Amino acid sequence: MYTQLFRGTGALVKLLFRQQRFKIIIWLIAIVVITLSAASAYPTMYQDEQSRQAFALTMENPAMQAMLGPGYELTSYLNSVGTLFAHEMLLFSAVAVAIMSILLLGRSTRADEEDGRTEIIRALSVGQLSYLSASIIVVVVTNLLLAILVGFGLLTLGIEGVDLEGSMMYGAILGMTGLVFGSITALFAQVVETSRGTSSLAFAILIISYLVRAIGDVENDTMSLFSPLGWGVHAKVFMENDWWMIILPILVSLFLLGVTFYLNAIRDVGAGFIPTRKGKKHASAFLKTSFGFVVRQQQVMIISWIIGLFLLGASFGAILGDLETYFADIEFMQAFIVNESGNSMTEQFITLLMAIMSLIGTIPAVMVVLKLKGEENKNRTEHFYSRAVSRTKLMSSYFLLGIIVTVIMQLAVAFGLWLVGMTVMEDALGFGTTFTSAFAYLPAMWVVVGLTVLLVGAIPRLTGFAWGYVVFCFVVLYLSGILDFPEWVNNFSVFEHIPQIPVEDFSIATTTSLIILSMLVTLVGYIGYNKRDITG
Amino acid sequence: MKMLETNNLSKRFGKFTALDGINLEVSEGEVFGFIGPNGAGKSTTIRILLGILKATSGDAKMFGKDAWSDAVDIHKRIAYVPGDVNLWPNLTGGEVIDLFTTLRGAKITEKREQLIERFDLDPRKKCRAYSKGNRQKVALVSAFSSDADLFILDEPTSGLDPLMEQVFQECVLEAKLAGKSVLLSSHILSEVEKLCDRVGIIRQGKIIESGSLTELRHLTRTNLLVETKERLSDLEDFKGVYDVVEKEEAVTFQVDTEELDHVIRHISKFGILKLESAPPTLEDLFMRHYEKKVENA
Repeated sequence: MYTQLFRGTGALVKLLFRQQRFKIIIWLIAIVVITLSAASAYPTMYQDEQSRQAFALTMENPAMQAMLGPGYELTSYLNSVGTLFAHEMLLFSAVAVAIMSILLLGRSTRADEEDGRTEIIRALSVGQLSYLSASIIVVVVTNLLLAILVGFGLLTLGIEGVDLEGSMMYGAILGMTGLVFGSITALFAQVVETSRGTSSLAFAILIISYLVRAIGDVENDTMSLFSPLGWGVHAKVFMENDWWMIILPILVSLFLLGVTFYLNAIRDVGAGFIPTRKGKKHASAFLKTSFGFVVRQQQVMIISWIIGLFLLGASFGAILGDLETYFADIEFMQAFIVNESGNSMTEQFITLLMAIMSLIGTIPAVMVVLKLKGEENKNRTEHFYSRAVSRTKLMSSYFLLGIIVTVIMQLAVAFGLWLVGMTVMEDALGFGTTFTSAFAYLPAMWVVVGLTVLLVGAIPRLTGFAWGYVVFCFVVLYLSGILDFPEWVNNFSVFEHIPQIPVEDFSIATTTSLIILSMLVTLVGYIGYNKRDITG
Repeated sequence: MKMLETNNLSKRFGKFTALDGINLEVSEGEVFGFIGPNGAGKSTTIRILLGILKATSGDAKMFGKDAWSDAVDIHKRIAYVPGDVNLWPNLTGGEVIDLFTTLRGAKITEKREQLIERFDLDPRKKCRAYSKGNRQKVALVSAFSSDADLFILDEPTSGLDPLMEQVFQECVLEAKLAGKSVLLSSHILSEVEKLCDRVGIIRQGKIIESGSLTELRHLTRTNLLVETKERLSDLEDFKGVYDVVEKEEAVTFQVDTEELDHVIRHISKFGILKLESAPPTLEDLFMRHYEKKVENA
């Protein structure tokens, strides 16, 4: 029985670790280093009672609770600096760990199966469930390692209020979030026939979990507990340390993995549970153009992102009403800020929101352009280049779609925010202001799209750097205040140069120079692409 | 007119020399067989001809135009079938055939339906459900339904069953009758023997033999089987005699064509009862080059 099902698991674990070792190491280092360096910054940032009270006041803001989780009582903030750190860092770190687990598991389950690697392995003397077991073991071990590194790392920093139990729990929350999303991915890998479908569904669950928790944390705490991301932020790490919030994800993962193993055991290699239908005999007129083809290949991904970003915008729009009431309550603060710049705090909040949303909206655009490299890797661009299609033409199809996607994403966010904001606010957001503040980020997004073209065209070995740059921009936006980066480091992020409308004025000079920069990098990409060998 | 011509074509990937001075020619109406072991440089040559890879030195011309800089123009007149056909899992075979036709800048004709039928392909299936052979059929239907002047076929039948292999050979012969040219890279030597007018053998990035099959055979050995009254002796010591095997009454061996005269004179002294000779198959030719490779190594 054991031999029949699990023989060879150990060897496969080694194989998978070998295949994914760089990814795993980079993810672990990135998460551990960012967590520890952020944590060590908190004691100096919040030394006195006054600054902690100010922090508590900011965090009472429903928008902040939607974004970062419910937070703690004021006394907790005063008693332990760990709580401030946990409130600001825990949720986003957990999301990062979830993404890591989805990517790792999606690769070693459905992607390996789709590319026929699983078949080769199954033909050897290995058990029926060995490959799946090995993929799951790799993700479990990675998450355990992460929990241990983060836990002991925090403990060794010796920060006031960051005790043994709290540190271990903080690490455990991250690890368990990874485990839950890994299990969800493993389950989807059994149900859907493609790796793209698997990771898309897993990411959809991640976004829904975030939204359910966001609305729950503002409106109703019980609702948050239906989201895997809600468990961690409700564990009150460094204060109550509610270990049930660790046990719950373990139980849920065990259940999901049980179902996963069952489904894997009863299905054929390569098959899923969603049946495939017969398709069309002829191509539509749209599909027959190279641009139409590029759209067709990515439409599902793009539409999912449009819905996701619209919902994200709408969710923040939904809390704008509460935000308005909250700001009205603290009149002195509002008076202070309005006098200073003539803008309401709501508008200030929108500028921060737009910066984050624009970065998120850049992701699908980068994916669109990187697809050209993906097609080359799969030896499918040769179908174009062995026919009467020039490199410039095919690359332009991907580039153009990337640009269109940036515009659509900004529209989706601004529209969601404005539409829902309008219904809940007394003093509604200006239609023009909302859209201008979203569109102001387009030139920055175009630079990132252009950079991706440059990488695909001229330095195809380093296309992964496009993601590195997006992550860098996130880190600068989200952590530059806490980690106190030097100005020149921040300047490398194009998003830092965008005027924060409506708080700042629109700047023709910045906008034009960013557009020129984006055109230049794109051009270099085109030149490189026309000169280099195509591998397939 | 030369449909395809390469002149001292070389390609290096870093330090590795993939192609080292390749000279090829395919004339109008000619079927050219391009054979060689795996990794010899067949696909690299074809990819340079397609303008997908850039030659390190030398030149590659098709229809008298430069394969790299005039690629788009050239491709309107060629049809290419890769050995490993990777298609998009979410498109149907029918959609892919139409897409390929329009990408060539051509119109879809009724030939498409005829070929789909001849190759017994279900065009409504998604590509992810196709086997290797069926994916190759998609590429073959798309190629042979076109009115291309030059067909570049890179091991196009490695996944086809014998019945479909037959259909493929018919298609190549029809194209030839219509005055088209074909560059056929293949491992199936019987196929090359049947279809090709001229053959080029490539090994380690160099063309080591090229010419018509008759010419190539002349350069090589003839297979002989003899039965003699007296026992044949000291055959092994002769120059140009190989693989002597005694089988009951008879002896089989190979002779270099230029030594044939000497050897026959020698054998005739023993009183010939039976003499069979067979021209070397392409496989013999090919195996000889494999053997050389082993010797060199």
